[in-house]
Amino acid sequence: MNFDLSEEQQLLQETVRQFAANECPPTRVRAIFDGEDGHDPSLWKGLVELGLGAVAVPDELGGAGLELLDAALVAEVLGAAAVPGPFLGHSLAGLAILWGGSDSQKKTWLPKLATGELLGTVALAEGDGRWQPGEWAVAGGSTLSGVKAAVPFGANADLVVVGTAGGGLAVVERGARGLAAQSQPGIDRTRRIAELRFENTPCESLPNGVTASARVRDAGLVLLAADAFGGAQQLLEMSVEYAKTRQQFGVTIGSFQGLKHQLANLAVEIEPARGLYWYAAHAFDHVPAESERTAALAKAHLTHVYMQAARDSVEAHGGIGFTWECDVQIYFKRAMFDRAFLGAPAIHRERAAALAGW
Amino acid sequence: MDLSYSAEYEAFRGEVKQFLAGHWPLRGDEAKLPGEKKAALFRERAIAAGFLARAIPKRYGGSEQSADVLKAQIIREERARAPGEMAGIGPSMLVPTLLEKGSEWQKEKFIAPTIRGDIVWCQGYSEPGSGSDLASLQTKAQLVGDEWVINGQKIWTSGAHRADYMFCLCRTEPDAQKHAGISYLLLSMKQPGIEVRPLRQMTGAADFNEVFFTDARTPKDWIVGKRGEGWLVSRTTLKHERNMIGDAQNALATFSGLVRLAQQTQKDGKPAIQNAAIRQRLVQLEGYVRAHQYSGYRQLTKASKGEDPGRVQLMNKLTSTNIGHEVAKLALEILGDDGLYEPGERMLGGPRDNAGWVGQFMWSLGSAVAGGTANIQRNVIGERGLGLPRDAAASGK
Repeated sequence: MNFDLSEEQQLLQETVRQFAANECPPTRVRAIFDGEDGHDPSLWKGLVELGLGAVAVPDELGGAGLELLDAALVAEVLGAAAVPGPFLGHSLAGLAILWGGSDSQKKTWLPKLATGELLGTVALAEGDGRWQPGEWAVAGGSTLSGVKAAVPFGANADLVVVGTAGGGLAVVERGARGLAAQSQPGIDRTRRIAELRFENTPCESLPNGVTASARVRDAGLVLLAADAFGGAQQLLEMSVEYAKTRQQFGVTIGSFQGLKHQLANLAVEIEPARGLYWYAAHAFDHVPAESERTAALAKAHLTHVYMQAARDSVEAHGGIGFTWECDVQIYFKRAMFDRAFLGAPAIHRERAAALAGW
Repeated sequence: MDLSYSAEYEAFRGEVKQFLAGHWPLRGDEAKLPGEKKAALFRERAIAAGFLARAIPKRYGGSEQSADVLKAQIIREERARAPGEMAGIGPSMLVPTLLEKGSEWQKEKFIAPTIRGDIVWCQGYSEPGSGSDLASLQTKAQLVGDEWVINGQKIWTSGAHRADYMFCLCRTEPDAQKHAGISYLLLSMKQPGIEVRPLRQMTGAADFNEVFFTDARTPKDWIVGKRGEGWLVSRTTLKHERNMIGDAQNALATFSGLVRLAQQTQKDGKPAIQNAAIRQRLVQLEGYVRAHQYSGYRQLTKASKGEDPGRVQLMNKLTSTNIGHEVAKLALEILGDDGLYEPGERMLGGPRDNAGWVGQFMWSLGSAVAGGTANIQRNVIGERGLGLPRDAAASGK
């Protein structure tokens, strides 16, 4: 009975934490957040050099040879530091090719994704809450036609894994004929999104895409849940710190029971929930029968908790919490991203109910 | 991460299973004994085999096993329908306190009969004027010759009407600062100076009482710890093999019951579980229940490695309380018209009739108040867990 991280996993988190503290302090997050493009290639290069370009891809294909749990642990730390960049979409693109691609497709693309030579992403959403493989309508084949929305760093990516009708997957490369990427005004400026239009765009179908796509979705749910946990914890720390510093009526405001209880409630929402994403990732790697449902449950719960934590943290910070200059808003918007991306909590709760046979 | 047990522990599980197969249920003439006698016989044998009373030295009637939270967990998992440790406030609170703070004769006299269930205890802590602010308690004990003479009143005393003895916080040092004026006394409930009056709860049942002391008496050496140390003595908790996941397992069992209720209850002409809003709330609640469960696994793992699980430990009770509230509200939603009827038997963790759920709707509030209200839990989490400044009034300084 061991429901805890190994020393290697703790070291992995510590390494990423150190990297974020040194290379991506709040000032740099802020600069990227306020910047035009939202993608900082040198920051991304640093993450890739740590081996985070393909965490759960086997080492013979250039990856770090770890599991989804390890990728999720990285996502937690990146979420806690609000590190801007394409980790989510890039990771999912690699996993899609790993699980759906032919041997030659894997050999062609995975090593380049792992080294960061190529920037990958996934194009899944088709609007109106249609994120799930069964809901995709873009017709696959040798060419693609249709529109995908909310593609993370879709305007920057070199390689896009596109979800196609029937739950398949196809790869489109940057500059392909008939591909037009248009940046969208995404709420989360640390993870920019774009709309991609395909018009008879040449693509390469992944032969096992239909079996891989649900798994890619589940991996995404786990990574979002992990990001949400990290972000929510950080918001708690920030709010507690503010409550210990800010003075009113001659005392620190954290001594007032009203605020103390709000923060205690927040802590009780967040801290015990860590295991939801741990277990979902563990199940993904080792308990296949439970993986789909636990991923849905973790995503629904933790992104909901994150959103509420963000609202509570704005309140806990008072007027300053409502300003653009306060970092709480950066987390608030990451929470909005985590909540909506791959489908809102209600969608995954309904899926979890159906998967339980209810 | 691996939720299975190692070969060493699986071997231990085998021993437990084998013991249970041979000893429960009882056979032959023993099977005809009354339930309590059967449980007592089983307990005696389980203690001899090292599966119960593991924290307690053999000379006080225990099995004296070295602490191993995983073995304790395996025993709980396997024991299922066989009797466990003797229930009640005596075995759960007094015995650990005596083990740590009691004198030799107190341990010898009280521990063995308490864990066998031969004597039953109640806890005299709360008073009408001293609830969350327990240390303001006013029940007085004065040493007169070789006896403490006790006057005052306790309240919310569970099981006082059945108890043989009470462990009790009394003010013995009226001139000392409030925490330092309290002593921890043991006393017999079977004496003329004690009057027990039942308190009827909103559920209609009467599990607890008011206890009035009018020159009640107890011997001079029936004090645990020294005079004025009672507050500290009362803070003693069970450290040996503390059950990290018991709360979560109760929550899981209750949640399963709620799912069954939703499957068996009709709403708008079909099972309530097919109602979209009910499904949403069930899964939302399951998120909290599973989080509680995995948090328990993590705390169990930390404890098994001798590591500190950290501030999350302070949150277990409030998490359980929150889950209890949500279960209650959702159950009432599912019950519909059955919410018109009086509650039936309290059947925690087992199958319930609908009236049982009406009882749970109220009982969930009892557990939110008992043993420290939810707001006191929030103070503890905020101050000890998050390091926020203490409330000036509550710090008692």
